[in-house]
Amino acid sequence: MPVQYTAIIEEHTAVRTACGIFDISHMGQLIVTGANAASWLNRLLTNDVADLGVGQGQYTLMLNERGGVIDDLIAYRSGETAFFLVVNASMIDEDFTWLEGHLDQGVTLTNESDRWAAMAVQGPKAVEVFSKVFPTEVLPPRNGIAAMAEGGIVCRTGYTGEDGFEFFGPAGEGIAYWDHFVAAGAKPCALGSRDTLRLEMGYPLNGNDLSPDRSPIEAGLGFFCDLDKGDFMGRETLAQQKANGPELKLTAIRYLDKGPPPRAHYPVASADGVVIGELSSGALSPSLMAGIGMAYLPAEFATIGTQLQIEVRGKFFPAVVVKKPFYKPAHSI
Amino acid sequence: MNTPSNLRFAASHEWVRLDGDIATVGISDHAQAELTDVVFVELPAMGRSVDAGDPTAVVESVKAASDIYAPIGGEVVEVNPEVEADPSLVNTDPYGKGWIFKLQVKSAADVDGLMDAPAYEALIG
Repeated sequence: MPVQYTAIIEEHTAVRTACGIFDISHMGQLIVTGANAASWLNRLLTNDVADLGVGQGQYTLMLNERGGVIDDLIAYRSGETAFFLVVNASMIDEDFTWLEGHLDQGVTLTNESDRWAAMAVQGPKAVEVFSKVFPTEVLPPRNGIAAMAEGGIVCRTGYTGEDGFEFFGPAGEGIAYWDHFVAAGAKPCALGSRDTLRLEMGYPLNGNDLSPDRSPIEAGLGFFCDLDKGDFMGRETLAQQKANGPELKLTAIRYLDKGPPPRAHYPVASADGVVIGELSSGALSPSLMAGIGMAYLPAEFATIGTQLQIEVRGKFFPAVVVKKPFYKPAHSI
Repeated sequence: MNTPSNLRFAASHEWVRLDGDIATVGISDHAQAELTDVVFVELPAMGRSVDAGDPTAVVESVKAASDIYAPIGGEVVEVNPEVEADPSLVNTDPYGKGWIFKLQVKSAADVDGLMDAPAYEALIG
């Protein structure tokens, strides 16, 4: 996927006001089946898969022994003893190797990443686009997954904060489906707008905002970690951090005035000019026309309303800690 | 793509218009189209002395920050406050209201080392 097909702001606006389509074929699909699939996944993922009925999905995290993030993913329960995991492209091999290394009796793990072409169709008109392409199919409810008559899979999920769906079709038919969605009104969108859309929602990007050295508690993702479901990989660290409060927190920061777009790795300083961290992500928000970013900061600087500064090429721009999301979509379901 | 014949161009996509010993500098129509959505312009300090090839201003789109190089040597004698206030002028009027800074040049003959419009059009193909 390129950075942009036309221009980032134009693509971003299409998703916020109408419908955009992203080629996400690079993402990975791992299939877990077997009588012990649910209990095994529950020992390797943070959220409780027992909460999922057949056809439901949840955001969850895969942690290392230290409670650091290997990957964030969506786990769907596609059958009573079958799960469809959608993982980050750059992590397919590492995730698979990690899971395979912890495999248990009564569980089968398969990497189907090469089998599926995938597209995220997002925006207030995404449902309309779906109906035009598949007049006889019905979208599952939010976070749901459904098998389609033509052999595809559709999930009511996305990475933009808007209503929409993620469609998985046989790899050889990917281009044809893309053309159908575009003909039905979806505007081609690329990585640049995918990043600004997810950042406006405060959604983390693995590799930027998540790392093997940071836990989901530090990342503000405690909601997706069920510490009461029984033991799981990394749980001890999370329980400690939850009890004592994390030393670092992934903090949402917004410029107070106009300034150069904040970008990953720019230093973040306190109001009195002491550097206390760096941006893990940053962008000019096309919806807000303001600089926004996230940074791991000492907890004492993470309170909403705390004044900070972002350093760009030696100059300091005033900013403030804000609540996530940065932007609330008008159309989300 | 629009390439005015009265301008000279650098390989790094800046244009120059020489009036006496004052050179007005901006970025080409091709460059603004490649950058798309200019959202921030950082202007040089007045009085700053620059050599040809020195990073002198910064133009940022949502996508990336790009250095703007001095096409010829000189001293910064004027900057355009309008592009600071409305960076999209670089997109909408790159050869007019979207100019970025003016240099008092050391040697007007330096402009001869830059490309004319046909040579620049050949470069951007």
